Amino acid sequence: MEQIIFYILAGVAVIGTILAITEKHPVHAILYLVTSLFSIAVIFYLLTAPLVAAFEVILYAGAIMVLFLFVIMMLDLGHPEKGIAPQWRQWLPALALAGVSIASLAAVIVSRHASAAAAAAPAPAPAPALPIREVARHLFQDHGLAVELVSLQLLFALVGALYLGKQSKGGETK
Amino acid sequence: MGIEILGLPMMYYIAMVAKVLVAFVFVLLTVAYATYAERKIIGHMQVRLGPMRTGWHGLLQPIADGVKLFFKEEIIPSQASTFAYLLAPLVALIPAFITFAVIPFGGVIEVAGYKIPLQIASYFDTAAGRVFDINVGVLYILAMSSLGVYGIVLAGWASNSKYSLLGGLRASAQMISYELSAGLAIVSVFMLSGTLSLNEIVAQQSAYNGFNWFAFKQPLAAIMFFICSLAEINRTPFDLPEAETELVSGFCTEYSSMKYAMFFMAEYANMVTVCALTTTLFLGGWNGPMAIAIPLLGPVYFVAKVYFLMFVCMWIRATLPRYRYDQLMHLGWKVLLPLSLLNIVATGIIGYFIN
Repeated sequence: MEQIIFYILAGVAVIGTILAITEKHPVHAILYLVTSLFSIAVIFYLLTAPLVAAFEVILYAGAIMVLFLFVIMMLDLGHPEKGIAPQWRQWLPALALAGVSIASLAAVIVSRHASAAAAAAPAPAPAPALPIREVARHLFQDHGLAVELVSLQLLFALVGALYLGKQSKGGETK
Repeated sequence: MGIEILGLPMMYYIAMVAKVLVAFVFVLLTVAYATYAERKIIGHMQVRLGPMRTGWHGLLQPIADGVKLFFKEEIIPSQASTFAYLLAPLVALIPAFITFAVIPFGGVIEVAGYKIPLQIASYFDTAAGRVFDINVGVLYILAMSSLGVYGIVLAGWASNSKYSLLGGLRASAQMISYELSAGLAIVSVFMLSGTLSLNEIVAQQSAYNGFNWFAFKQPLAAIMFFICSLAEINRTPFDLPEAETELVSGFCTEYSSMKYAMFFMAEYANMVTVCALTTTLFLGGWNGPMAIAIPLLGPVYFVAKVYFLMFVCMWIRATLPRYRYDQLMHLGWKVLLPLSLLNIVATGIIGYFIN
């Protein structure tokens, strides 16, 4: 049962992502991406990680993609005919990066699979869902410095955005 | 135990379908009669009578409205983006309804020897002797409410009309701003409860005198959460996305017939959900006098509290004028957000010294 659901969701996620890339219309592309993110969230839930699933929907589908939509609507970018299609030259670095990541993923899977087949070990029991208290303790006690660094980085981004926004406003009044 | 399907007894599936049907019908009926109640209550508050002609004191008004909307002409603007235009009402309506899956509306009842917890996404484990529900219930609700904004934004964008676009823009900015404060207000409840499971949050508020309610332990958070929720579901005084004096009717200007009705239903279903969530988090959920001894009393208390909060929503609508847009942003970012952060800090400090 879980396997069937997993394969359906995985198919939806992959097709949604492909459509999000190939779709010329930015708003439709966002819709496909949200569908894909949503099915990934349900996959996380099937893998007994409900917390990750909830955060996936809240942060990615619920906040970041809404901001994307907001920017597209505010700057009136929803016209695919006005957009500039990327040249093949611009595809090259993206293709190289995609190749590297797919190759490393394949390497990891193959090596895992080979070692597991060699050991012929029984499949490990599914881990129990981690309570949020444990997640918080792990995050803020063991990795407190990293969390603070990330929040500092967000603060820099915020200050930068504020500076850019103020500057363009000043330019208009001149 | 009888027949088993996929390791679960047959009763489990029957109970699940029954719970889904009951909750769905309850929300639908409440939505239908909330429109009637709103017109009646606001009418009487403004020394009018409200609907009187259809049935006794206008009791059949929701049915008349439904039939009227059903037979209206279906219009799709020629310059609209058809795909998104047709999708938007569905995207608005579905999150409003599926949120109810995790809200507990009663204790555990026993039917034919099988114990059924009155919460859709949960089951009673006889081996462990307790109820198991989704352990990130509140996050699930936050996730669904953050998806609801897509319906409104898409409707505003897809209609290809200036009024709709402005309504959609306002809705997205408003929802993002107020979602933050609402989430932070809930965090201070978590700090007391130590769990995200709604079932356990309700269990912690069970006391006969009602002073275990989180509304008494976290009064500021309760008020802030309710205000932010009103803003998130675009109720008065925060109904700027459909401010009829400026934007005709905002994001749903171009919609007609059943598609308009779906937005309308989504709005009221969201109101029911927000009131149910406030009840669960702050007003003790289905707890009340004798609620544990007589399990069937639980849903009665729950519905009574939800209806009271819905009355408060309508009362607010009859009392307060609409905010201006800059006032709305000022209230969200400069008043509610710092206050909710301060509330978290204060809760942390007090909790540290008490423990």
